Amino acid sequence: MAINWFKYAAPTTFYGLAGKLVPWFAISAAILFAIGLYIGFAVAPTDAQQGEFYRIMFIHVPASILSMFLYLVMAGYAALGLIFNTRLSAMMASAIAPTGALFAFISLWSGALWGKPMWGAWWLWDARLTSELILFFLYLGFIALHASIDDPRRADRAAALLAIVGSVNVPIIYFSVKWWNTLHQGSTIKFSGTSMHISMQHALFTMLAACWLYSIAVVLARVRSIILERERNTTWINELPEVRS
Amino acid sequence: MNLDIWMRENPLTYVWIGSYAVALLIFVVEIAMVKHKRKITLQQVRMMRNAGDEDKDEGIA
Repeated sequence: MAINWFKYAAPTTFYGLAGKLVPWFAISAAILFAIGLYIGFAVAPTDAQQGEFYRIMFIHVPASILSMFLYLVMAGYAALGLIFNTRLSAMMASAIAPTGALFAFISLWSGALWGKPMWGAWWLWDARLTSELILFFLYLGFIALHASIDDPRRADRAAALLAIVGSVNVPIIYFSVKWWNTLHQGSTIKFSGTSMHISMQHALFTMLAACWLYSIAVVLARVRSIILERERNTTWINELPEVRS
Repeated sequence: MNLDIWMRENPLTYVWIGSYAVALLIFVVEIAMVKHKRKITLQQVRMMRNAGDEDKDEGIA
């Protein structure tokens, strides 16, 4: 039996699949957020050096990781759309951008709140902070560039170029603590292990999973609206139950 | 009261209000915007569909 690997590569089939998946990811994200917050605040002990302030980590670190990860995914979809001229790839890139931008903002905001008690300053032109700020601007630039061009396919191509070129910033963010003499602490979680207390690890990874599932749910919901908008002149859209009702 | 002093006397409140409440607000606003976008897109598609049906009825399309 031949498997059609590209069955869901078309907006027609992906629309229905996305609609079925959104509630599952959303509910899972909500449950994991609740569990992660409980572990982070009720189970994880007070830090010996940072006291209670370190608990910002449970939203700051997942937001930072997601902002970088989503950018790479967005750039990947943008590249697919550019190379193979596939409509859905470009739609996914457009759907990811706002969520990635918001995670980058949460990372910068929570980082500033963590930096004030730790370093005595809301902001420093530290390598990691500056490169994360650039990432936020790249997201905004992608959204603005796409919105500024009327023809959606031309907009997709122009924004895709920006996304691909900007992806060089992601390894810069990641390796900045190693390449430069930065105030921002180095990686606590490495492939060789971590010195973090086990309950802190549980809280961190639970919140990371929660943010990941949340971003999948929101991106899938957003891409459904983008598909509706871009494919509005097609027969299959006009035959959808939510359009006919 | 100076923010620095308040922050050090109420670290958990500072963390909750400053970080988690802001993040939650951002998530809620994002979800609301996604739902709103879907609602207005569906309205536009329905309007276009109804306009097309009217044209067909009048024998234009």
